[in-house]
Order: sequence, then C-alpha cells, then structure tokens
Amino acid sequence: MSTPRSAWPLYEVFVRGKRGLNHVHVGSLHAPDDEMALRNARDLYTRRNEGVSIWVVPASAITASSPDEKDPFFAPAGDKVYRHPTFYEIPEDVPHL
Amino acid sequence: MSFDNAYDAITDGAGDDQHWAFGTGFDDPLAGVDRAVPADTSAVDLSTYCLMLADDALILSQRLTEWCSRAPELEEDVALANIALDLLGQARLLLTRAGEVEGAGRDEDTLAYLRDEHEFRNVRLVELDCGPGPGGDFATTIARLLVFSTWRLAVFTQLAHSADPVLAAIAAKGVKELAYHRDHAAQWTLRLAGGTDHSRTRMIAALDQIWPLVDELFTPHPVEQSLPAIAVDPATARPEFDDVLDTVLTAATLPRPTVPPMSPVAGRTGRDGAHTEALGYLLAEMQHLARSLPGATW
Repeated sequence: MSTPRSAWPLYEVFVRGKRGLNHVHVGSLHAPDDEMALRNARDLYTRRNEGVSIWVVPASAITASSPDEKDPFFAPAGDKVYRHPTFYEIPEDVPHL
Repeated sequence: MSFDNAYDAITDGAGDDQHWAFGTGFDDPLAGVDRAVPADTSAVDLSTYCLMLADDALILSQRLTEWCSRAPELEEDVALANIALDLLGQARLLLTRAGEVEGAGRDEDTLAYLRDEHEFRNVRLVELDCGPGPGGDFATTIARLLVFSTWRLAVFTQLAHSADPVLAAIAAKGVKELAYHRDHAAQWTLRLAGGTDHSRTRMIAALDQIWPLVDELFTPHPVEQSLPAIAVDPATARPEFDDVLDTVLTAATLPRPTVPPMSPVAGRTGRDGAHTEALGYLLAEMQHLARSLPGATW
C-alpha cells in the first residue's frame, strides 16, 4: 500500500465560482501534464455548474507552512486585537465600508 | 422549498439563487421551443430521423458506460462517464421528440428499452466493442470517440439551423458538448501517439480497427434526403471531418488509415436496422432489467 496508485503527478485545483471574486481551492487530482490537468479539473470539479474559471498548479510547486511551525507562525496573531480595524467610528454616509 | 429532491431544493429557492455560491443557474435547453411538427413535413420521416440521431448517442453512451470503474485512471473514469452522460442527455431529448412526432404514445423509455435490434437506426460505428471488452482497448475507445464526435459536431453545427425548432435547439445544446468530446479525444490521440512505442502502435491499430466504419457516417439515407430543410445531408459534413482529422493526425504524426470500408449487408447498414452481432449483446445488457420487470422504476 505504500506505492502511489497513480504514476501521474499531483495537481491542486482552484475554481472561481460564478459569483465568487476569487479562485478557491477545491481539491486535487492526478494528470499526465498541465493541459490534461485542466481538463480533468473541468470533469471532476465543475460538473454541477460550479465555475467559470479554473487554475491548476502542480502540487510540487506549492510551498506550504508546516504544522510543526503552527505556534510561531500563527499563535502570535491571536491576541493582537488592535490589529482589527474595530476602533474607528464609521460615518453614516461612507459607502462600501 | 421542497427537500424531497436535492435539485429542486437548490433550484426552486423562490427564484432567487443569489445566496448560492456554486451549482446554480440550470437551464432547460428546450424552454419556449415550439414542438409542433413543421408544416408539409412527413411525421414518419421526422420521427425516424430523430431515432437515428438518438440511437447514435444512446448506443455510444452505453458503450462508454462500460468503462465505469475500469478506466486506466480515476480522472479518466469520470471524464468518460461525463461524456456518456452528455450523450445520454442528447438521446433522451431526441427519443422524446421521435415518440412525440410519431404520435403512437411511445415515450423515451419505451423506445430505448422495448425496441429490438432491427429497429435500432444507429450507425454501426457506435455499437462496436472498443474496450474495455475483448474487442478493443483504451486507444480504440479514443479513436472511435475522435471519429464520432468530429462527425457529429460537423452534423450538429448545421442541424442547429434546422427548420424543426426542436432539433435546432437540441443541436445547439449538443454542439458545446460535442466540441468538448472532440477535444478530449484529440488530446488523448496526441498523447497516445507521442507517448511510447507501445502506445503509438496501439493508437495506429485502433484507428485501423474503426476506420472501415467511417464511410457509413457520410452516406445519406433516404429519410435524410426526404427532409431537405430539416435534416442534414451527412455528405456535407465530410470536408470538415477530413480537415479536423488531418489536423489531429498530422499533429500526432500518425498515418491516415487506408483500410477499405465495411460493406453493407445486402445493401443495408445500421441506418436501415442491419447491425453487427455486437449490438444484440449490448441491447441484452441495456434492456434486460426494463424487460424483466415491466414498468419498474428505479
């Protein structure tokens, strides 16, 4: 069971929904090359009208944070309440804020 | 909002699907289309023509479905099943139209499940076992899909301007699906041809295997000729087919097959209900449940 089922490289898939502004990570897949990865993503992740744009990225191209570094990376932000913009009075007549 | 049916629950939404980020905006391809038989048109011929186009899609859909859980990769398994479902969707609309125009009370299920082999009007290309059965392999399936989708796309592009508004709407919907099927087959043709010596050898053999059934696709049938403004004369699709195949085969540096065409049987081909022995086995599997348990729903 230690050998990978597929000899194809792994790709990560990002889909932009009709009303979403950003591409969102939706999953991963195997494909022989970039072009087929895009097509496989279309077949696997947009079958139910979920998207209007797809990005695929070789998983090997992604640098990820490590769970071991969780505390030094993320814990320090946990108590910095002053970093949230909640200390301003917002005037009534300012739109889109 | 009803929760009996997941799709109803999604699409009903009091006409407002703004709150759904994904999976909304489903369209009915035949909404608002006039379903009357066009004036001065033979209902028998129009019904038969719809059956021809329906059976091509239905039988190939059944063949592609055989790959479910057996494709070389999980991703390809889903891709082939998607294509099969697209074709099944086309078949359902066309069978419904055939039954409605015929006016004998036969619906899509009756036409799909309760006709015998000689009543099927599909071209023989779609009934061949091109794998995963013993008759072929993945390359044969791709070769057949390339030929079929290139041909059908060329026909449907013209059919989208048919004088029958229902056929025109079905074709307009199908064109987008078939363009993807053709692209998928072409992508795989390039990769199998350019992969290893082994994959290239099998791709060449695959094209040789299905090539005898290509000419039949472009032979006009009397029913097609009797519906000049409604049906597409398949012979007119040949230049586009040759162009596309030449482009793909050139890019893949594959030789164009030179195998002679398969002969008609006593002058009759698939369009006339004369089939290869493969179709009987296919229908036995496709129809046995509906025939064993008449009226069953599942």
